[in-house]
Amino acid sequence: MSKPPSDIDIELRMLVEAVYLKYNYDFRDYTGASQKRRVLAAMRVMECDTVSSLQARVMHDPAAFAQLLQFLTIPVTEMFRDPEYYLALRRQVVPFLQTYPSLKVWVAGCSTGEEVVSMAILLHEEGLLERSLIYATDINPESLESARRGVMPLERMRAYTENYQKAGGKRAFSDYYTAAYGGARFDRMLVENVTFADHSLATDSVFAETHFISCRNVMIYFNRRLQNRVLGLFHESLVHRGFLGLGSKESIDFSSYASRFEPLAKRERVFRKVGA
Amino acid sequence: MSAGAVHDGVLRAALHGRRVQAVVIGGSAGSVDALIQLLPALPEGFGLPVFCILHMPQDRDSRLAELFNERLPLPVREAVDKEAITAGTVYFAGPGYHLSVERDFTFSLSCEPPVHYARPAIDLLMESSAQAYGEGLVGILLTGANHDGAEGMAHIRASGGFTVVQDPMDAQVATMPLEAIRRCNPHLVLPLARIRALLPLLETLS
Repeated sequence: MSKPPSDIDIELRMLVEAVYLKYNYDFRDYTGASQKRRVLAAMRVMECDTVSSLQARVMHDPAAFAQLLQFLTIPVTEMFRDPEYYLALRRQVVPFLQTYPSLKVWVAGCSTGEEVVSMAILLHEEGLLERSLIYATDINPESLESARRGVMPLERMRAYTENYQKAGGKRAFSDYYTAAYGGARFDRMLVENVTFADHSLATDSVFAETHFISCRNVMIYFNRRLQNRVLGLFHESLVHRGFLGLGSKESIDFSSYASRFEPLAKRERVFRKVGA
Repeated sequence: MSAGAVHDGVLRAALHGRRVQAVVIGGSAGSVDALIQLLPALPEGFGLPVFCILHMPQDRDSRLAELFNERLPLPVREAVDKEAITAGTVYFAGPGYHLSVERDFTFSLSCEPPVHYARPAIDLLMESSAQAYGEGLVGILLTGANHDGAEGMAHIRASGGFTVVQDPMDAQVATMPLEAIRRCNPHLVLPLARIRALLPLLETLS
């Protein structure tokens, strides 16, 4: 038996409803536990005693909403996160991608761009970047702006270098960036073919046919209904026998698309669209 | 309470009238050894889900679920995102992600920043479990060298759940039990051997 909703659960539901109606950001189908923690964290920083008072502020002050948005989206990411994922892409997906004369890759929920640059480096080293178009989408405008700049914290480079090497990197990682602007500025060549765009997996529709979609640790924040919607978008966007990469602990087993994708690299969470 | 003097009768009295729906067990330094002593007390056909969360290195693939699956008479698995929780299964929180229980009794994972340097954090699993199960939850906190878990245990207690902390004298590292005792005023403070006796009782009383 499920417990009746507590006051804070009621307030949270009203907050996300208000955010949706006022700003058209749809967090209504995000999972409850992490969302509640994020709102409580926002309340502490924004000095609101109750969710209702936070809601009142956000309703009447777009700047307060922009601040809340930074909490509701969780920009935790790193370059070549889970190196074995990238290694699986190199070994098991790239050989198929090389057969296409032109490629469209979608990094969905790209956050501050670490994964986009990682993907661009991989495609570059596999001789695919020049014929690729990468769509990097997110709902958080601040994250997208940061991704566009392509400047990463310098102090992370040591860990990223290690990831890059484990991911099958073929060069010196430092070839790809220069220390500038107080950070590591990545070679513009990597993002020349990247289109950064505001796109919501919760409310927007498919915008292009793609060959490979990478959407890692995004759907863990969605309930099953929204996960199903997103997998539907991906299924629609992908070409016949296209590829889908997820986060290292994600599962599609409990979705209605479980039989529409087959595992290509099971442990690394790389899937392939099942032929009709 | 003098832990050694606690008999089954005392344990039963402490749990009287409770309908237990789930058990969450947390620990850090020394807790793998503690679980090796504790979990074999779970009988075949045990009727409750058990969530285990230990601090482990983030980048290492955890073999805990496999290890215990071979040793226990009930299924032991790593908790999977969006999986519906099944009674009679022991779940382990995998490394690198926070684990939560949702109100619809499914698991969810998250990449939120570490809490008390830990991801998964005991606090987050306990707090979300307390929200889902309320007074139907039993929280057990074992040995450890950090303060994670104390707040989670306090949430369980505040939500009407039942709280058990390993006796600091009995724990390999006393820091975690001591902080939990300070924060949550647990129902029982017991040495491992008595927690072992308590485990099978949780179901018969539910």
